[in-house]
Amino acid sequence: MSFMPYVPPEQRIKDLSDFAHKGIARGKSVVGLEYTDGVLFIAENPSATLHKISEIYDRIAFAGVGKYSEFEDLRISGVRHADLRGYSYGRDDVRARDLANAYSQALSTIFTQQLKPYEVEILVGEVGEDDGGNEIYHVLFDGTVTDEHGHVAIGGHAEELSNAVQEAYQPGWDLATAVRQAVGALSTAEGREIEAEQVEAGVLDRTRPQRRKFRRLSEDEVATILAG
Amino acid sequence: MTEGPLFPPEPSGGPIGANPSFVDLVRRSRPETLPTATGITPDVASPHGTTVVALKFATGVVFGGDRRATEGFTIADERMEKVFAADDLSVIAIAGAAGQAIEIVKLFQLELEHYEKITGDRLSLEGKANRLAQMIRGNLPMAIQGLVVVPLFGGFDERREEGRIFYYDATGGRWEEDDYHATGSGGRPARSSLKKRWRPGLDRGEALEVAVEALVDASQEDAATGGPDPTRGIFPTVVVVTAEGAESVGSDELRSAYEGVVGGGS
Repeated sequence: MSFMPYVPPEQRIKDLSDFAHKGIARGKSVVGLEYTDGVLFIAENPSATLHKISEIYDRIAFAGVGKYSEFEDLRISGVRHADLRGYSYGRDDVRARDLANAYSQALSTIFTQQLKPYEVEILVGEVGEDDGGNEIYHVLFDGTVTDEHGHVAIGGHAEELSNAVQEAYQPGWDLATAVRQAVGALSTAEGREIEAEQVEAGVLDRTRPQRRKFRRLSEDEVATILAG
Repeated sequence: MTEGPLFPPEPSGGPIGANPSFVDLVRRSRPETLPTATGITPDVASPHGTTVVALKFATGVVFGGDRRATEGFTIADERMEKVFAADDLSVIAIAGAAGQAIEIVKLFQLELEHYEKITGDRLSLEGKANRLAQMIRGNLPMAIQGLVVVPLFGGFDERREEGRIFYYDATGGRWEEDDYHATGSGGRPARSSLKKRWRPGLDRGEALEVAVEALVDASQEDAATGGPDPTRGIFPTVVVVTAEGAESVGSDELRSAYEGVVGGGS
């Protein structure tokens, strides 16, 4: 029979948090911001196929940083959750707030009950019918949720990135300005120039005629914007 | 996690990786929402969809369906839709028990979208056609009770760069058609019409006329197929799929195609 030494809960939580923070700090960052037609997510990502930014549902997108396998797991669960909701009720009943709460519950359970917490931070964005209707939720590895307005940065250099975006940010940017400013902020935070082929970008664009508002920006499109 | 399906358990002994099938997901998380056979033959007449046609043309495929639904000897609906875009590059047309058919179309559309989101890739046209065959086979217990669903499926194959058409029987049997096909109670007269009028390399306008003419011919032979009614603005539902995507044809274009068929609206 093995004995578990007594660890005070404060110490245990602190150890788990430190562990998760360290994991996230090793990774890249993502910035999410509102622009005139919706919500833009931008990340530095050397891979063109292992995405950090993805579609969840008609008006909802997901961005994750940290350990790929863990946020990919959350993304897949989110798609399942949303598609089931939409099938059981109606497509308009699938909302980012509901999804963010579900993520929060799941991450909080994992944080307290599993051997190790998930080393991830995620963003859930929803584009509204008009300018004031956008929602961006930021969910931490322990299940903490915050409702963000305007812009938010997560990941390895979240603080530097957040400051860089904060300095430049103005509501009502068009897409090109938003992309240029976000890539500029990423470059500042990382302390080196970030090229178009390292940028992963996705938007929730309310002007898209299709039901599904999510769209990835191609490398060429990003390159044209950055050159322009 | 009480009712939240955020982490529905994967079936034990399953393959590694996330299962990209929405139907499987519903079956294990919300089985009560799926249509199931009751073992009782219904004595209520359910609305039946009737004639749908599909044909290839130079750059893709045209799918069309009449608008009538019948319950026994009664016309249940004169504006029913039987042709649906399944996703950006494919289309499904249904004949059979309407409620059942629409449920299968809805599940099939979600199946394709779910697959695309989970894996990050679109299914190949061949893959979509096979998946639909499995779903029709799953409906077999209901088909035996009389709720038969027989779809036509097709779209633009990005790998082969051409339009393709598949047709099915109630057991999920799947066949590929080289030129055109029609199914439903008016399928036979529609096929005869297509046989005379179809030729390889039709352009889009000609293909629309051929499809509309086949539906008009079917409506004249089959009581359960509704013909176009220009005075009430009822025209067939027509979806065209090319490399640019699936597009629902507007009623103005259908009106002129109809007038081309019957001779200048006289």
